[in-house]
Amino acid sequence: MLLLPSVVVFALFVFWPLGRTLYLSVHGNDIFGAPSAYVGADHYREMLSADFGRVLATTALFTLFSVLPAVAGALVVVLLLEARIRGVRVLRTAFALPFAFSVATASVIFAVIYNPAIGVANGLLGAFGIDRVNWLTDPSIALPAVCAATVWMNFGYNILVLSAGVAAIPPEVVEAARLDGATGWRLASRITVPLLSPQLFFLVVVSTIHALQSFGQIHILTKGGPDQATTTLVYSIYEKAFAFGSADFGAASAQAVVLLVIMLACTAVQFGILERRVHYR
Amino acid sequence: MRKPSLGQVGVYVVLGVAAIPVLFPVYYGFVGAVMGPGDLATYPPALVPTELHWQNVADVFRSVPLGRFYLNSAVQAGVITLAQVVTSIVAAYAFAFLRLPARAATFGLFLATLMVPWESIIIPNYLTVSGWGLARGSLTYLGLVLPFLASAFGTFLLRQAFLQFPAELRDAAVIDGCGHWRLLWRVLVPLSKPSIAAVGVYVFLSAWNQYFWPLILIRDTEFQTLQIGISQLNDAEAAQPGLVLAGVALSLLPTLAVVILGQRYIVRGLTAGALR
Repeated sequence: MLLLPSVVVFALFVFWPLGRTLYLSVHGNDIFGAPSAYVGADHYREMLSADFGRVLATTALFTLFSVLPAVAGALVVVLLLEARIRGVRVLRTAFALPFAFSVATASVIFAVIYNPAIGVANGLLGAFGIDRVNWLTDPSIALPAVCAATVWMNFGYNILVLSAGVAAIPPEVVEAARLDGATGWRLASRITVPLLSPQLFFLVVVSTIHALQSFGQIHILTKGGPDQATTTLVYSIYEKAFAFGSADFGAASAQAVVLLVIMLACTAVQFGILERRVHYR
Repeated sequence: MRKPSLGQVGVYVVLGVAAIPVLFPVYYGFVGAVMGPGDLATYPPALVPTELHWQNVADVFRSVPLGRFYLNSAVQAGVITLAQVVTSIVAAYAFAFLRLPARAATFGLFLATLMVPWESIIIPNYLTVSGWGLARGSLTYLGLVLPFLASAFGTFLLRQAFLQFPAELRDAAVIDGCGHWRLLWRVLVPLSKPSIAAVGVYVFLSAWNQYFWPLILIRDTEFQTLQIGISQLNDAEAAQPGLVLAGVALSLLPTLAVVILGQRYIVRGLTAGALR
């Protein structure tokens, strides 16, 4: 049967682990991670703490400030590329370049740029006579710095998706609007942006899901620190289950269930609210 | 050429300013790779190299087995891509053309796998795979690819492509005595090459760029993938940014090639959900 290979993979590595995550989340474990006695909702009750509240708040801030600037910035650039200027193709390719970088390679480049002693970021500030900033070790700067790096990582993809959307707008529509005297701002706000709403909707949904799952940049740039300032939900799961030889699979699984619920809720909310306001051709 | 208007000059200026933060990390990733310590390890750091310091490239290979990491990533991403393309093709054919019992329900289950974040099931998957002993020695390769041999995304995209063929084509093929297997591989697959390429490019890039799973699974340096290797290089050689950036630049070459050569397939694959 043709479906068999896929069904086996999904059964073994999606559905069975899904059940097992639920099972682990209501069991204790020994120091090697082997499940022990049933503990009911203990792990969930532990999460009603200020620490975990902070993890959720960090996750929300990280998601908001990595998704919105990247989508809005890419939209502005794509609209400007629609102005009748020369060299549009070269410019578009240039703006899409971050797409070729993996999370790991981009993060390592940003780690070098953010280096407090010899990094370019501080070199630039120094040129303007501004004191050095500890980009990744100052608790109030680290999260914005990781967000900025993430915005950069998402930028190329957003440019690609929105450019494809612009290319799909029928030229007659734009021509007709121009003949009616619509230019610049009016053309963009009345014609292009509404016609791009499916792509914008898609980008917001996909980037939010992506941001909630972000891991590599946090692991490479800050390891969740300083003082937990960049510990998002996924990073917290990693720390509890795998970091420093910790094998607290029970508590980590309970957080994984929270992640699953948040992701499902986000998808549902976004489809429920945004879908109705999107213009489909 | 006509003189550009004031508005157009304004557009160039705004785009130019926007291009600086977007392009600088790209520039620095590659130029920094050939900067010597004299340019990098000073304050303020130089933006343009005073001399090309190719020694960095040789030093990377002395610091970490970059060639071996390359091979590991190629095996891991290659196997995942090939397997996902094949399993997606056959599953897409089944969903598009076969009358199966509980087809709608099975299709729903495939859809459901897209909504489960990998990070929420990574712990049991780690327990399963390491429990089978697939985290040591050359079995690591198996552990790296096993959970990723099927793809609901690829199945959907190819099902859409197959459904666009008129039913007459299929009927004609069947009348000519062409069985399901031949119809699939001789007719549908060759005609669906762009969609298959879109799935292939997308799967390859996401497999090549994987981070969380290889990070927790791999124990032997010998079987480390390139992404984790680069991250470890950064931890080990933080004092020598030129060397680190040389490793980054070298590891970027395959994805740059795939992105440039597969550009139109990328847009097609990545926006499959957006452009209905």
